[in-house]
Amino acid sequence: MSPTDSAAWRAALSVALPVAAYGISFGALSVASGLDVWQTSVLSLLMFSGGSQFALIGVLAGGGTGGAAIAGAALLGARNSFYAMRMASVVGRRPIWRTLVAAHLTIDESTAVAISQPPGRAQRIGFWVTGAAIFIGWNATTLAGALLGDLLGDPRAYGLDAAAAAAFVGLLWPRLHARQPIAVAVAAAVVATALTPALPTGLPVLAAAAVAVVVGLTDWLGRREP
Amino acid sequence: MTVWQVVLLAGIAVLALKIAGYLVPPAVLEKPRISRTSDLLTVALLAALVAVQTLGQGQAVVVDARLPAVVLAAILFALRAPFIVALVAAALCAALLRAAGLAV
Repeated sequence: MSPTDSAAWRAALSVALPVAAYGISFGALSVASGLDVWQTSVLSLLMFSGGSQFALIGVLAGGGTGGAAIAGAALLGARNSFYAMRMASVVGRRPIWRTLVAAHLTIDESTAVAISQPPGRAQRIGFWVTGAAIFIGWNATTLAGALLGDLLGDPRAYGLDAAAAAAFVGLLWPRLHARQPIAVAVAAAVVATALTPALPTGLPVLAAAAVAVVVGLTDWLGRREP
Repeated sequence: MTVWQVVLLAGIAVLALKIAGYLVPPAVLEKPRISRTSDLLTVALLAALVAVQTLGQGQAVVVDARLPAVVLAAILFALRAPFIVALVAAALCAALLRAAGLAV
């Protein structure tokens, strides 16, 4: 194995192992939100995108409607479309079955590991190894967490509701690298909190998405390109 | 809508978005306005979810044991702690504050 190949393997596995481990918390939080073990496992198998999965169970746990839960999960999943556009040149568009498998494995981590490798074979190793390892690990730990969560009882006594909020902090943190995303994050948090008493559960989060659309289209607070 | 319908419809929607990305012409990605808005959309949704999960209780806004727990997790993430460590610390913080009767 060439040095770039083994570097890609190392990067893939060092990202995949901790991410797969926190499927435990997803499984436990999901059953605490009222989903059963089967529904929880199907979410990890079919949806396979952490942010969308946490969003869906968060809206349902808060008493939101099914429509709001689906919209929240889909809007958070929209970024995967952009990862897919980027990964199409790495994994190729043919054969179709391979592209479909690649599409399913296209998430934050597999994309991030792939694009941080040198172009060619190392990028493909980064994508496939990260995606496959997380898929296997995430689904195994989701099931373990769901079974464990069923035994635990009242989730608040264990602080699981706080852990759910902390999970979103962890997903958000790496994205706060410049003035513009920080401003959008603060504004979105304020909008969502302010609208919580006024709108049905789940909708304040979607309303906060409007902040991103306005700032994104006008490039307010954006970096001036030299 | 049953929980099963929500799970399946949302799962199919998220998967379809991934597949759609492999079908669009690469030129769309080159438009900075579109990729920037997509990045910011993710940031806005995650930040809104942090706020609602920390302070929301149905349609009420309440300050309870979740707030100090989330602040602790944010500090740990800033110190580059692993995901699972920050989550366990947040859960322990909230659980201990509740057990000690210092917060609800």
